[in-house]
Amino acid sequence: MTNLIILPILIPLFTGVILIFLNNRIMAQRVVASISSIGTIIAAWLIVQKVRTDGIQSLNISSWDAPFGITLVSDMLSALLVLTTSIIAFVCLIYSFKSIGEEREKYYYYAVFYFLLVGVNGAFTTGDIFNLFVFFEVMLMSSYVLLVLGGTKIQLRESIKYLLVNVISSALFIIAVAYLYSVVGTLNMAHISARINEISVNGMPGILTVIAVLFLIVFGLKGAIFPLYFWMPGSYYAPPAPVLALFGALLTKVGVYSITRTYTLFFYHDMDTFGILSILAILSIVFGVIGAIAYWDIKNIIIYNIIVAVGVILYGISVLNTASITGAVYYLMHDMLIKAALFLLVGVVISITGTSNLRNISGLINRFPGLGWTFFIAALALAGIPPLSGFVGKLLIVQGGFEGESFLGAFITLMSSLLVLFSVMKIFINGFWGKDRTYVGEEKAPVKQLLIAPVILVVTSALYGIGSEFILPYITQAADTLIDPNIYINAVIKE
Amino acid sequence: MRRTNNIILETAIKVLLFFIVLYSVYIFTAGHYYPGGGFIGGLMTAGAIVLLLITYDIKTVEEFLPVNYRILTAIGLLFAIGTSAGSLLFDVPFLTHAFGDVQLPILGELSLHTATLFDLGVYFVVVGVTMTIIQTIGEDE
Repeated sequence: MTNLIILPILIPLFTGVILIFLNNRIMAQRVVASISSIGTIIAAWLIVQKVRTDGIQSLNISSWDAPFGITLVSDMLSALLVLTTSIIAFVCLIYSFKSIGEEREKYYYYAVFYFLLVGVNGAFTTGDIFNLFVFFEVMLMSSYVLLVLGGTKIQLRESIKYLLVNVISSALFIIAVAYLYSVVGTLNMAHISARINEISVNGMPGILTVIAVLFLIVFGLKGAIFPLYFWMPGSYYAPPAPVLALFGALLTKVGVYSITRTYTLFFYHDMDTFGILSILAILSIVFGVIGAIAYWDIKNIIIYNIIVAVGVILYGISVLNTASITGAVYYLMHDMLIKAALFLLVGVVISITGTSNLRNISGLINRFPGLGWTFFIAALALAGIPPLSGFVGKLLIVQGGFEGESFLGAFITLMSSLLVLFSVMKIFINGFWGKDRTYVGEEKAPVKQLLIAPVILVVTSALYGIGSEFILPYITQAADTLIDPNIYINAVIKE
Repeated sequence: MRRTNNIILETAIKVLLFFIVLYSVYIFTAGHYYPGGGFIGGLMTAGAIVLLLITYDIKTVEEFLPVNYRILTAIGLLFAIGTSAGSLLFDVPFLTHAFGDVQLPILGELSLHTATLFDLGVYFVVVGVTMTIIQTIGEDE
């Protein structure tokens, strides 16, 4: 079927529209949402298998040939990210059923939830730089609504900051695309890459380096790398748990994906820009870790861990050899799963205790052993303890770092694991051990139902780690495309 | 309730409304060959309704235009998705449109294109979104 790769965009879009009609009938909304979420997962799985057997899939929308129309391209990296996104969306959805509350559900919560998915899946799948911008906006607009929905004071305040930062970065994105278009005269990513390759025979022209840095600033603002992450701790502190899990797992990773895509496809001629990327990635790791160990607030600790992970992934990309890229792709998917799981677990803890201040929480494991041990496993996976999912990715990134003789970066990546482990173990030791307390939400919180969602994610993540031998061929295929852009170009522009 | 005597405005609107709506429909249908299309046509229709809102109040306008604009937006989206997803049935790439000359009983031979239905979706969405924004702000206390 020719249109297979558009299904993960089309199904959520259609669902979102249907859900607008059902805004007062909550049960109907939940049923429609669940069914279509499972449908999206199946479609994404089919795409992964299709790409595995037949190579990169591309779809020329509207039957216009490649450089002239919009092309959707599903290489292994996009296919895997779309699959991960669909799984996370399903899990956040079933968590929302129990936690989000009728007030939000009646005001188009699920519809906007699905529009967010349209944006994320579209951004992962598109092969056109301006279309990427459009899908970014679809994603961001939905995220504004999800952030502000409910209208509490903190949400209103943080939405303004979030909106302001993203409007500015979107304007910069447009300016960057305009510059690029004036230099290469095309918007199709494969075609841009081919054109840049033509004009870069004697090294990349200066203007393209400027554009590369501009793209780094734009996607760095979306993806929260070192000097540009300032908006994130505040904005991510505001929304309720399932929304926070979606944001933490998906939004920054779209920025990371875009940096990966543009740098490996467009700007690979100029290693200086990779040097800048490398320095910023290492600084992100350092500052993220400092934030993670400094706070005594469980939400903030996990939020700063996002910055660490973004740094680790981008460091892997910036080294640009087989091992490091494979590691970065592996780590990217692991981090999406585990961040969603951790935010949902934090949400469960907050719904029990009514606070996110670690000093007011202790002894949770006595009454909620399931929650405690799930959190423990998730924490170990985050830090990268061998049988779990964080290990292989980080190992490959460090290996790539040493092979690329970037010893400082590899060393910092290794050390960051220790401090990340310390920051999450601080939550475990102080929050779950110690003497029993009674909490406000203890009786009312539907802990068992809420736990289903994070347990699914932790089990997936554990299987992802244990079955790495099975998964590695897929990851390698994704990395091959990133290392050799010609595979991508030839798949899109068929001569 | 304060009621001023807007007799000139109310009379003028009766004539003007007709022209504005007609012109917006013209601009919408001319979109393929001349400047115009769903977006500007929709905005202009919404402009006509806003003119009504200025002349009368929200309740009166709701009485003779009983439209739920959020549903209108959703219907517009369905039009756009439907016409683009129709290509799935024929196993051609998404958004591939069909066109052809059709012989109709009264109008004679017409050249029709499914992109017009997509544009109709855009038109509905623009009218729906604009009116939703203006109404929700207007009703706000």
